[in-house]
Amino acid sequence: MENLQTLLQQALSAVAQAESVQALDQVRVQYLGKKGEITDQLKNLGKLAPEDRPAAGAEINRAKDTVQLALKERQTLLENAALDQQLAREGVDVTLPGRRRTVGGLHPVTRTLQRIESFFANMGFQVVEGPEIEDDYHNFEALNIPSHHPARAMHDTFYFDASTLLRTHTSPVQVRVMEQGGAPYRIICPGRVYRCDSDLTHTPMFHQVEGLLVDTNISFADLKGMLAIFLRDFFEKELDVRFRPSYFPFTEPSAEVDIQCVMCNGKGCRVCKHTGWLEVLGCGMVHPKVFEHVGVDTEKFTGFAFGMGVERLTMLRYGVNDLRLFFENDLKFLRQFR
Amino acid sequence: MRFSEKWLREWVNPSITTAELVAQLTMAGLEVDSAEPVAGQFSGVVVAEILSAERHPDAEKLQVCTVNVGAGETLSIVCGAANARAGIKIPCAKIGAVLPGNFVIKRAKLRGVESFGMLCAAAELGLAEASDGLLELPSDAPVGADIRDYLQLDDVALEVDLTPNRGDCLGIAGLAREVGVLNRAEVTQVNCAEVKQTITDVFPVDVVAKSHCPRYVGRVIRGVDLNKPTPGWMVERLRRSGIRSIDAVVDVTNYVLLELGQPMHAFDLNQLKGGIRVRLAHPGEKLKLLDGTEITLTPDSLVIADHARPLALAGVMGGEASGVSSDTVDLFLESAFFEPISIAGKARGFGLHTDSSHRFERGVDFELQRKAIERATALLLGIVGGKAGPVIEVASTEDLPHLPSIQLRRARIKRVLGFDIPDADVQEILERLGMDVVTTADGWHIVPPSYRFDVRIEVDLIEELGRIWGYNKLPTHLPQLEAFAPARSETTLALASLKQVLVDRDYQEVVTYSFVDKKFIELLTPEQKSVSLANPISADMSEMRTTLWAGLLKTAIHNLNRQQNRIRIFESGLAFTTLNGLEQTPRIAGLICGPLSEESWFGKSQSVDFFDIKGDVEALLALSGGAAEYAFEPGSHVALHPGQTAAILRHGEQVGHVGALHPVLQKSLDIQAKIYLFELVLAPVSRGILPRFKELSKYPEVRRDLAVIVDEKISAQAILKNVRESAGVLLTDLALFDVYQGANLEAGKKSIAFGVTLQDPSRTLQDEDVNPVIDRIVASLRENFKVTLRE
Repeated sequence: MENLQTLLQQALSAVAQAESVQALDQVRVQYLGKKGEITDQLKNLGKLAPEDRPAAGAEINRAKDTVQLALKERQTLLENAALDQQLAREGVDVTLPGRRRTVGGLHPVTRTLQRIESFFANMGFQVVEGPEIEDDYHNFEALNIPSHHPARAMHDTFYFDASTLLRTHTSPVQVRVMEQGGAPYRIICPGRVYRCDSDLTHTPMFHQVEGLLVDTNISFADLKGMLAIFLRDFFEKELDVRFRPSYFPFTEPSAEVDIQCVMCNGKGCRVCKHTGWLEVLGCGMVHPKVFEHVGVDTEKFTGFAFGMGVERLTMLRYGVNDLRLFFENDLKFLRQFR
Repeated sequence: MRFSEKWLREWVNPSITTAELVAQLTMAGLEVDSAEPVAGQFSGVVVAEILSAERHPDAEKLQVCTVNVGAGETLSIVCGAANARAGIKIPCAKIGAVLPGNFVIKRAKLRGVESFGMLCAAAELGLAEASDGLLELPSDAPVGADIRDYLQLDDVALEVDLTPNRGDCLGIAGLAREVGVLNRAEVTQVNCAEVKQTITDVFPVDVVAKSHCPRYVGRVIRGVDLNKPTPGWMVERLRRSGIRSIDAVVDVTNYVLLELGQPMHAFDLNQLKGGIRVRLAHPGEKLKLLDGTEITLTPDSLVIADHARPLALAGVMGGEASGVSSDTVDLFLESAFFEPISIAGKARGFGLHTDSSHRFERGVDFELQRKAIERATALLLGIVGGKAGPVIEVASTEDLPHLPSIQLRRARIKRVLGFDIPDADVQEILERLGMDVVTTADGWHIVPPSYRFDVRIEVDLIEELGRIWGYNKLPTHLPQLEAFAPARSETTLALASLKQVLVDRDYQEVVTYSFVDKKFIELLTPEQKSVSLANPISADMSEMRTTLWAGLLKTAIHNLNRQQNRIRIFESGLAFTTLNGLEQTPRIAGLICGPLSEESWFGKSQSVDFFDIKGDVEALLALSGGAAEYAFEPGSHVALHPGQTAAILRHGEQVGHVGALHPVLQKSLDIQAKIYLFELVLAPVSRGILPRFKELSKYPEVRRDLAVIVDEKISAQAILKNVRESAGVLLTDLALFDVYQGANLEAGKKSIAFGVTLQDPSRTLQDEDVNPVIDRIVASLRENFKVTLRE
């Protein structure tokens, strides 16, 4: 039995010295395999006196268990160490930029257009587009701007010939929709418009969104409500909004809408010319003459129309200070909006 | 319209501050653009009289003046102004005075002579931008008086930006009326009583163009002295309204224009031949205007003529020959009503814009002419003397505007404004606005005044009510709308989704002008006749784009010139083509050049080529779910490289192009980098496909790879199409995985390798099922393309 103790010590020491899973397996075979040294001890039990056999057998099994436990612990240890090594080997500098295909971006004007469109789409408005080369009738006449009207001078129109022009607003789209019949209407008309004007604060092309809501029960109060909620939604701010009488040939009453300056919160700054207010929208109740041109019954229907300059809203929203940047398309500018 | 606040307050003076007045006008639709003090901040300046002016002993340009500053005080002041002379009255800043810019006047020695103050020019007091010499005050100016009090300088010049419908506010009288209504305050009227005629002279007036000039009022005034200066108060008021003093006659007509809104004109009576004739111009007639320009009149030009020649462009500007000069002794004064439509656009047609045309275009009160001529006569006689003849009036009642009689329904006010304005307020507001108001069962009967050309129908009155009541006091609520579900199509791709595909593939959206340089049209689409603007903003923005590539190339050049070598941009918008008549077609187009990806640590990026942009286009087209409906075929486009151009077809319909910019164009545009472009017509590529479910097979797929050698001219697409057709129903996937040309292959040949995946929905495929399919594929390729199998 002294032999067994020595064997056990040898086995445990061999386990402890095994430096790899393979070496450990050899140790297991050497001591606990079918022909292993400790296994052999069991085979020799028969040589003992029958009364000694149980005690000796139990002792050998204990030794076997002890070695098995040591083997298992050592194995776990070695496996963990191997895994640690592997993990250490596989480490990378996670601060290096990822391997990527960079993404581009939308033009800031498109961003604003999409924001406006989604608000009105949620309100049940449909988006309608129309031609940019327009005729005089749809751009002016049908909107109650006859050829001698002083308002024409405000429009600085690009002409192709006496009766063909680049639309100066997207209102002709409203006319085209109403001409088809089928009131009530709930539409917005986004798009490019053109005026023959180019300086620090004017570009010969810009974008407008015009809206039209015609129904049997629409009043100026509805117009005020709709535009106020739009502006607060657009700027994500509980802005003060005010309506100021104005004049457009195609609406009556007409109003201009001012918001509390978003740059200074109405305290007065360079952007709002120290008035605390910014003009952002034009609007009004659709003029009966416009309805007459397109055959909408003015006793049955009333409606409101509004129009906004998309570049202006974009400038206010993102703090852009020069209108002309939008059409220079300098990538360093455009990338700021992605 | 610019005017002095003090002048307005002489007419109507509510107890509100300047700031309140500004806010009130703005919120009533008369937007105040600016409110500026009429003089700089200064103090200690008095009216003084120069008693003597001697030359400075040591300075040629200086004078030593003895100045009476009132209260028995005389000062010795050294002055450099050329007009400093004994006898004139001028502003004098005494010691301790503070001039604009916080400039304190102190005792000083100028070239050895002591000076006890400063004599002032207008600019030094902030009364003018620039001035030449001392400000000479009228001889009756009270010596010693504070100049601020004397000239009433504690005043503000207000500038209102009037909308075209409010011609009635282009005069103090009209503005005062508005302020009166807004404050429910009384408005004082100016005295326009008849001036007693002291001579009987008349001058014949013949109005031929009655419909253009329904009322013409004139008067002869004889014996005026135009050397008499305009009184200071009038000069000051004109100045505060932005009008320079010319002479007494011009000043008085301008004054009445500002005060009442009636443009007037004065002729030198002795230059007129026979009589006044208001008529349309004869063809080819010429007229030299007061500003010296000679115009050739058009047959629709309304002129004031005498019996020999045109004298003035009616309602716009007088002529030089018949104008008033310092020698004039007899006047013919005109105060007319011209029909707005007859004047509208006429001034603009000659490149003119005058205070007169501005008012006539918008509508001048057609009852004002007599009042205005009486007012002007009274003012004139008081300044330049003379004797007035009787008023001559030629009016055509039937041609004068007819005042409408408008029914205003109480219920309609509520319907439009969403609010019931109390009856008493309706009545008071409209009456103060000068309307004739009669109550009826369901509302009122209204006749607007002769100065309100913008009030014609019921809703015009409702606007007036809303405006005066205050838009912001009217209720605000969200519309009560019936729910409705507009038709939505799942197979119409939103432009936003298409854009997003490109954005995700690293394209930056740009927005370029729709008008481009003709050079781009000629280079890119020589077959198109572009649509040209008649009045472009500049020559390089004169043609409507026929392809979006024009703007993309311009943008690429702009950025390439700014150290951006990697460009990936797209735009959507209309292209304007004319081959089949004018068509305005929505398109989407892209341009790439430079490295495929941004500079990075994981390897150098190669430059983009045809297949990069084609991959982007394929991704865009795949969004429809109908990628298989598209084909790319060798194509030709004048702007693209003949060997790297694909026409893009959907079901055989051409929807666009993709390719490399033609090297010749690249050179002529002076671009170094290789440019790749695509352009698609939006409508066909926006058609999506509704997915259609196919039963999934439980049985395994079988894949066989084939490599064939074929003539290099045969397109890969042709091979694959043939394989697809000959493979039959078991084919579930066909993958092209290698195209090779070079060593080991005969010149002019290429190898194409592809994997054929087969599957049966109901059983596991065996070799005896698969082999015939493969044989069929190979046989078909052999027959059609003479391929050989690659070992």
